[in-house]
Amino acid sequence: MEVVLFYIAASIALTTSILVITRTTASHALIYLIVSLLAVAVIFYLLGAPFAAALEVVIYAGAIMVLFLFVVMMLNLGPSQVAQERRWLEPRMWIGPSILTLILFFEMVYILAGTPALTSGVAVSAKEVGERLFTTYLLGVELAGFLLLAALVGSYHLGRRYMRARREEIG
Amino acid sequence: MQTAIAVPIEHVLVLAAALFLIGFTGVLVRRNVIFLLMSLEIMMNACGLAFVVAGARWIEPDGQIMYMFILSLAAAEVAVGLGLILQLERRYRHLDIDAASELTG
Repeated sequence: MEVVLFYIAASIALTTSILVITRTTASHALIYLIVSLLAVAVIFYLLGAPFAAALEVVIYAGAIMVLFLFVVMMLNLGPSQVAQERRWLEPRMWIGPSILTLILFFEMVYILAGTPALTSGVAVSAKEVGERLFTTYLLGVELAGFLLLAALVGSYHLGRRYMRARREEIG
Repeated sequence: MQTAIAVPIEHVLVLAAALFLIGFTGVLVRRNVIFLLMSLEIMMNACGLAFVVAGARWIEPDGQIMYMFILSLAAAEVAVGLGLILQLERRYRHLDIDAASELTG
């Protein structure tokens, strides 16, 4: 019975992802992207990864999407931008990329069709994840810390010059 | 122990591939930088899904750990990418990625 939940969540994730890349308004696309991420979080939970599901909601759908929303609001994209998007998004633009990716998709389906296997049906708890994370993958955690620090410095550097220029425009 | 469902692993992998290719189509088609970043997010999320389903198949926490690394990578990428978007908007007054193509000479 619960297997049906997986297929419902999967179809929601696919539909909303397609809607994300076809919208002309950035804020609408963001809302659909959040729904897509929440659907993937449901799938994580069903597959037995409750910790990954929580992280998906808190960090991805929460923090990262709020960051997106801030920038969309700061840039203040008006009706002119929507008209520009509509001009770029002619239907014939979709033909080439869609055919190419569909070929890749059906190749993938063909490869996967020959390996029937079920997922285990056993959940991996947050405790096991934490134990493995801070023993085997300790170096990875340190490197992720370095990466985030570099991103912090880089985005501060890029954003500071933007804000100073904007202050000069206003004042 | 908390229970989970058992679904055919290839169905989940097909879903991950489909999400990845949707994001890839978005990167190929869209010219607005914000939509490019969103498509990249969809692609990274699909990679995370593939890792998590592998972890669920073999009851190992490694899949979720790799997902967490992808998550921190996505956070770093979004922070720098949005900073670049602000710079692009300041310099060219719109968000067309082709406006920043002068590096090709």
